[in-house]
Amino acid sequence: MLFRSFIVVGAMALLSACVSLPPAHDYSAFKAANPASVIILPPINNTPEVIAPYSVMTQMATPIAESGFYVFPVAMVNQTFNNNGLTVASDIHAVAPTKLKEIFGADAALYVSIEDYGTSYVVISSETRVTVTASLVDLASGQMLWTGTANASSAEQQNANSGGLVGMLVQAAVNQIFETVTDRGFDIAAIASARLLSAESYNGLLYGPRSPSYGQPVASEKK
Amino acid sequence: MKKTIITMAIALGIVGCKTTEPLYYYGEYNTAVYTYLKGEGATLEEQITALKETIELADANGKPIAPGVHAHLGMLYFETGNPQQGEVHFEQEKQMFPESVQYIDFLLTSAKGA
Repeated sequence: MLFRSFIVVGAMALLSACVSLPPAHDYSAFKAANPASVIILPPINNTPEVIAPYSVMTQMATPIAESGFYVFPVAMVNQTFNNNGLTVASDIHAVAPTKLKEIFGADAALYVSIEDYGTSYVVISSETRVTVTASLVDLASGQMLWTGTANASSAEQQNANSGGLVGMLVQAAVNQIFETVTDRGFDIAAIASARLLSAESYNGLLYGPRSPSYGQPVASEKK
Repeated sequence: MKKTIITMAIALGIVGCKTTEPLYYYGEYNTAVYTYLKGEGATLEEQITALKETIELADANGKPIAPGVHAHLGMLYFETGNPQQGEVHFEQEKQMFPESVQYIDFLLTSAKGA
């Protein structure tokens, strides 16, 4: 009896992890290009929230670094563009990949756009939602290596699949200096970024050369 | 047979739930970057203090510091009129992450040329 319940629980756990997944990415171009470093370009903001690009580009660095890639320091990169007269994200996205490679020496660039950012009030409760779309482009060839979209919301139930990752990212201790700085959108942006980019996420990035899992198949490649 | 199934289920369960140890220590880095980009909430000196603490904590915990921390701290030093410390941290970023060499050398050359 005990054995049987073990089997049932085990089977349920397996099934719940496999519900209705979208088609797996084709990673062949990504593998062929084999990038080691990623520059996150200032995101295009399709929301009225002016701080959204700052929040999103900051939070995207961690999942890319944790996947095993070198991530260029985002604020410094932003300053470099500003110092060279490029202050509008859409202008930056229009810079030739070869020019970006020449200045930054990056293997790949992440082109991000923000579709939702912020809080909407629905009768009695409020929801903070972040939706982001991104493409990774090889800077030597200009070829797209990967693309994806993800969202996160304060209203969603933290289920068993996302709980660990979410908890890890949100529970980062904040010291006194920054006590007043962070906001709900910044926390939700961390979750959306991890879902979108982490090599541990379904259809996320591959593992990069700095990851101990480099070369191993990612979630959507496993059958 | 039952035992095999159970073992497999448990093994798969463990694989599925494994929480991987982070590669790097981030500390206050993301909050510092966000603060810098927003341009409000803390002075550059306070941001420097927070990042120095983050680097000390990474060392104390024996964890490698995240990519970009030394570079970002270096930039803050340059902006507060301390190019010596700025260069020290730029060099540390280059040493730990050779992927950054071309960009940081570009910045150092521009800084000296300007």
